[in-house]
Amino acid sequence: MAVATVIEAIRSTLDEALEADERAFILGEDVEAGGVFRVTEGLKAKHPAQVLDTPLAESSIIGVAIGAAHYGLRPIAEIQFADFIHAGFDQLCSEASRWCYRTKGDSWLPMVVRAPWGGGVHGGQHHSQSIEAFYAHLPGIKVVAPAFPADYRSLLKAAIADPNPVLFLEHKRTYRLIKQEMIGAPAETVLGRARVTRQGRDLTILAYGLMLIESLAAAETLAAEGIDCSVVDLLTLQPLDVETILESVRTTGKALIVHEDTLTGGLGGEIAALIAEHAFEFLDAPVRRLAAPDIPAMPYHHAMEAFFMPDRDKIAKAARDLAAY
Amino acid sequence: MDISKETLFDLHHRMVRIRIFEEEAGKLMESAKIPGALHLYVGEEAVAAGVMCNLSDQDQITSTHRGHGHLVAKGGDFKKMYAELYGRSTGYCGGKGGSMHISDMDLGMLGANGIVAGGPPIAMGAAFANKYKGNGNVAVAFFGDGASNEGAFHEAANMAATWKLPLVLCCENNGYGEFTPQANHQAIKDVADRAVGYGMPGVVCDGMDAVAVYEAAHEAVARARRGEGPTLLECKTYRFFDHVGIRGIGLSYRSDDEVMEWKKRDAIQAIEKRMIEVGVATAEELAAVHDRVKIEAAEAIAFGEASPWPDESTLLKDVYNND
Ligand SMILES: Cc1ncc(C[n+]2csc(CCOP(=O)(O)OP(=O)(O)O)c2C)c(N)n1
Ligand SMILES: [Mg+2]
Repeated sequence: MAVATVIEAIRSTLDEALEADERAFILGEDVEAGGVFRVTEGLKAKHPAQVLDTPLAESSIIGVAIGAAHYGLRPIAEIQFADFIHAGFDQLCSEASRWCYRTKGDSWLPMVVRAPWGGGVHGGQHHSQSIEAFYAHLPGIKVVAPAFPADYRSLLKAAIADPNPVLFLEHKRTYRLIKQEMIGAPAETVLGRARVTRQGRDLTILAYGLMLIESLAAAETLAAEGIDCSVVDLLTLQPLDVETILESVRTTGKALIVHEDTLTGGLGGEIAALIAEHAFEFLDAPVRRLAAPDIPAMPYHHAMEAFFMPDRDKIAKAARDLAAY
Repeated sequence: MDISKETLFDLHHRMVRIRIFEEEAGKLMESAKIPGALHLYVGEEAVAAGVMCNLSDQDQITSTHRGHGHLVAKGGDFKKMYAELYGRSTGYCGGKGGSMHISDMDLGMLGANGIVAGGPPIAMGAAFANKYKGNGNVAVAFFGDGASNEGAFHEAANMAATWKLPLVLCCENNGYGEFTPQANHQAIKDVADRAVGYGMPGVVCDGMDAVAVYEAAHEAVARARRGEGPTLLECKTYRFFDHVGIRGIGLSYRSDDEVMEWKKRDAIQAIEKRMIEVGVATAEELAAVHDRVKIEAAEAIAFGEASPWPDESTLLKDVYNND
């Protein structure tokens, strides 16, 4: 594989997982035909027993994964759009998240739930949602949200290997947009580590998914203006890599957290609180958050969608203000 | 049941409005004049028309992702519909919704829905309000064969039967949920079989025959109005196009022969043949209906295209009712 898109990175990792371990199987709506984003295209033909269409039943898709994982299989469930996962919230929140805890560690659930999330595709109210904060609020569940194809590969591999339930979020806008040179097997990694993607002196931008890509673009613009940003890719949202976050902010003294999710109750609040608690004396400015406004859903109209979503220009502006503080 | 001339014309008009609305919307999508994806109702017109001919504006419906046909049949305004597809301020949702979120509360159309099976519990709630108020109104939930597997549907069906609510659960069984054929998503052929398990009548009708749907819905609606509780009404139908968009044939998950077979049973052609044969209409009269609706659509598209974009300030409005 030379240059791969996000889709290709995910597909090849799934293919390798099914090949390597017959306990691994994919289930979800229309996955046999490749799914609506064609992520699982070709996998049914290659691994007929390991790719299974399900009825429309999100709660039971996750329930099957729980039961199967408990009995030693390695389910990889697909929820067609993250927006559709909520019927399965109960299975994740009330059941999967506490499985290990309530069995005193005797039982665990090596399961993955993949879901395309995020906006920027004119999907409107039910096809654009950021759901990460609901699920990152569930200790016992891990939440992963990569940005670059190579990270999709290594983190999906790690998610499948992880003995805990993992919600693996795939930003649908980046599926075919973001490409990367990729050679050989995925880099070995574990969940729960952030990465300083760009090292700078003046301030730290913390982001994930599409917003990480936008933040890097903003950092380039700002560099030309003499503002030197660090950009941290959070990669795993639960558990957060607190050390990497704090270390970067302690170095720069300023933090801007960016997410596409709405502001109130979003992950930015949690990260801001961590910084306030553990890096207060290093701060040269108040912690800033750039997020979508507090409205119930992504609007359909394209200019409104653009207004809703943070982007490189808004990030650059917020970072400029912060740098000037 | 004797079908009056007026009813035949009414069914025909509603179906023609759906067909033309959808074909024009499909063209707008294909030419990228409107953003987003459309789930079109072409082929299934007899279901919406047959049911809606039995409802007043006070009766409520919930719709689906394939929702244009339901609103059109309930008397929806083409102008506000096309304007919404364009994302304009004059649209049903002021540009905030798009195809899958259009509602018209004045017509009792409680919303298309991007969440499959989001509708039945809401229709059940409307039926509850009808019974509680004793107003004699009936609610109808439209949903697909795929949706009939969702927990939300089962909960609504059970509750409606237990409480004898004035509800009709109208299953539009088009044989597929997206690319998955019915046989791969449920072990039954007739969704109506499930009615036994809820304790309500289950009725199967030919969803390609507007008169058959009209008659079956007539009984289900009358039963609900009499206070005898819900009915699961299944209409066997077919979508002529793909799950999304206007391509009908050359699809990997169904054969072209199958599509051709169903197209032979086109509900609009069928009713026109019948109307001419029984002598209630001439071919010219029926063609004139098409012509009038084409003008209605052309004017509405022009209205949508010429309408102003929403103001950004409206984005932050209406999160709560602050009156
Ligand atoms: C809760 C939920 N799950 C999945 C989807 C994705 N999806 C949209 S339409 C559809 C198929 C629905 O099939 P059916 O109910 O038979 O309706 P049809 O499209 O055939 O009219 C699916 C899987 C969704 N929108 N909502
Ligand atoms: Mg269907």
